Amino acid sequence: MHAIDNAPDTAGLVPLAAEIIQFIQETPSIFTLRLRFTDPAAHAAYRFAPGQFNMLYLPGVGEVPISIVSDPQDEHLYDHTIRAVGRVTHALANLREGSRIGVRGPFGRGWPLTEAQGRDVVIVTGGLGCAPVVSVINYILKRRAQFGHLTIMQGVRHADDLIWRERYEAWAELPDTQVLLAASDGSPIWPWHVGHVPDLFDQARLTPGVSLVMMCGPEGMMRAASGDLIARGIPERDLWMSMERNMHCGMGLCGHCQMGPKFVCQDGPVFNYPEIKALLARKGV
Amino acid sequence: MQRRFIPRQGLEPLIRQTLDAGYRLHAPQSTDGAILYRPIHHSGQLPWGLHDHQAPGHYRLLDNGSPRAFAWATGPQALKPLLFRPSEPIWTLDLDSDGRPSFIGAAHTEAPLALLGLRPCDLAALALQDAHFLHGPYPDPAYAARRRGLLTIAVNCSHPAATCFCAATGDGPNAQGGYDLLLDELDDGYLIESGSAVGKTLLDRLDTLPATDMQLEAMATQRASAVRAQQRKLPNAEQLARLPAQHDHPHWAEVAERCLACGNCTAVCPTCFCHAHRETPALDGQSSVHSREWDSCFTSGHSYLHGHVVHTTTRERYRQWLTHKLAGWVEQYGRSGCVGCGRCITWCPVGIDLTVESAALVDANPAQGE
Ligand code: SF4
Ligand code: SF4
Ligand code: FES
Repeated sequence: MHAIDNAPDTAGLVPLAAEIIQFIQETPSIFTLRLRFTDPAAHAAYRFAPGQFNMLYLPGVGEVPISIVSDPQDEHLYDHTIRAVGRVTHALANLREGSRIGVRGPFGRGWPLTEAQGRDVVIVTGGLGCAPVVSVINYILKRRAQFGHLTIMQGVRHADDLIWRERYEAWAELPDTQVLLAASDGSPIWPWHVGHVPDLFDQARLTPGVSLVMMCGPEGMMRAASGDLIARGIPERDLWMSMERNMHCGMGLCGHCQMGPKFVCQDGPVFNYPEIKALLARKGV
Repeated sequence: MQRRFIPRQGLEPLIRQTLDAGYRLHAPQSTDGAILYRPIHHSGQLPWGLHDHQAPGHYRLLDNGSPRAFAWATGPQALKPLLFRPSEPIWTLDLDSDGRPSFIGAAHTEAPLALLGLRPCDLAALALQDAHFLHGPYPDPAYAARRRGLLTIAVNCSHPAATCFCAATGDGPNAQGGYDLLLDELDDGYLIESGSAVGKTLLDRLDTLPATDMQLEAMATQRASAVRAQQRKLPNAEQLARLPAQHDHPHWAEVAERCLACGNCTAVCPTCFCHAHRETPALDGQSSVHSREWDSCFTSGHSYLHGHVVHTTTRERYRQWLTHKLAGWVEQYGRSGCVGCGRCITWCPVGIDLTVESAALVDANPAQGE
């Protein structure tokens, strides 16, 4: 018989029940669930870091990985912003306040907020409503003095795809904060750039060694943006990105989230560029 | 550890003692034309006299009248389905009359499991499954519960199949450790040694004889000839480390023309761990079972992401399988995920041979086929 060293338990494996305290319809297809665990002790004990995710479980339907967007020090409610794209997320979109779901997590490694202290932070996102970076923007804005200049760059396909437009407009008014938006397909009232995110780098405040870049969005965009930023002298170790893969367990067990040898659910979802640059360069990994 | 001898009939008391100690004992038996591990009650159920003929895409059992019970190599499955079940519940959900959910984790209360007749490559695969299921950030309770009391009675391979290459991976045909008891089968009986305190206790309960010099010599000869009998080889570790960089090699497309993407290789592979979560709601909507079942990187669901699939083509899926197995594991678990059992070669319907394909991909000397 061989000794088994770490005594296993079911932590993380079995969901905890949570109630939807508030349901916010952000756009026709994007909504935010504000959750409270039904067990007060579990609610109080819950801890997470920006960039981590939970597996949300809809009874009888299944689970889906969703990034946590609320502030880690706000013990009031745990917020999840979700886009209805698949079977489970469409079903979650039909829930209302008072509905109960299951929650497992938090899982994975979040954003490098300690490394980012005192640095200029550049947020680069593409695609629709990139929840993982919303958590970090909120985190920095709440602790403004701990960070340097903040640049928020967001690219969307069509001008109408931008969610939280008022929020971007409000952020743009803040001191020491720069907001740069691009839509590859603008609209008559689109005041921002028409084109792609990397086009905006000329206008962004990028200081090699000072700027720390956090990215999220389609892999093609992150691949192109990384190349561009490195060409502008940003060291590879200052580039961080949140990756996405299929996830069933979140615990490094089921194998679905593998990207090469990385388990995105545990080794990520946030990676430092040098850890994954070889993988990012290969399509279909 | 002192090596002892038991005559052929000595397997019966070994089985009896193991059962009396409270184990659920599984041992190899001829089942549906293949050798599989099934619950056993007496030594007459063992595959006496059977020999296997294996080749790419080919498996057949033949009775050659040998006095042995272990004159064959790996069948399609051994330990994996017993510790990591093909399908099992993880939790059950119950809704009360107000629709409030409660979750009950699956209980694991089976009696401890014992296996007689495990091959050295099975022990090596067990160590790899342990690395995945027990030593990661979240040890798996179902696997751990079955693993905890596991008793392994291994038998060195005297008759490797043509598909075996465990000598090349360093995992066989003679076990280096990881067993409670280890047997070497000779024509008239078994040399037996213990590898753990539990194994020793069991061994002490058996009537054994001291091993004679002649028996020890026969054992050494047999062990050496089992190594020599193997024809296949994998590229070495240094060569396999080049595999991820062969991402755009034209050979992937060439294999994909033959590969049926059936997933047989991942199902029979003793180290593949992928599994899908599945929801089975009761018809009345008041409860639901959340379970897991074996999955394969050859399915489209494996890499599903927001309405598209990361590994779309058979080329990408074969590449995922081979690159993960032979290179990804090295970063994840410190060694390749292949223990040289040859199952994926034998059970591939079109006989794709990973030793040949991997050699072509890393430009190593092609491994010898049959
Ligand atoms: S890859 Fe093939 S030969 Fe290697 S351990 Fe898996 S089934 Fe056996
Ligand atoms: S990804 Fe494929 S090769 Fe790797 S463990 Fe899963 S099924 Fe096996
Ligand atoms: S989601 Fe299951 S291993 Fe990462």
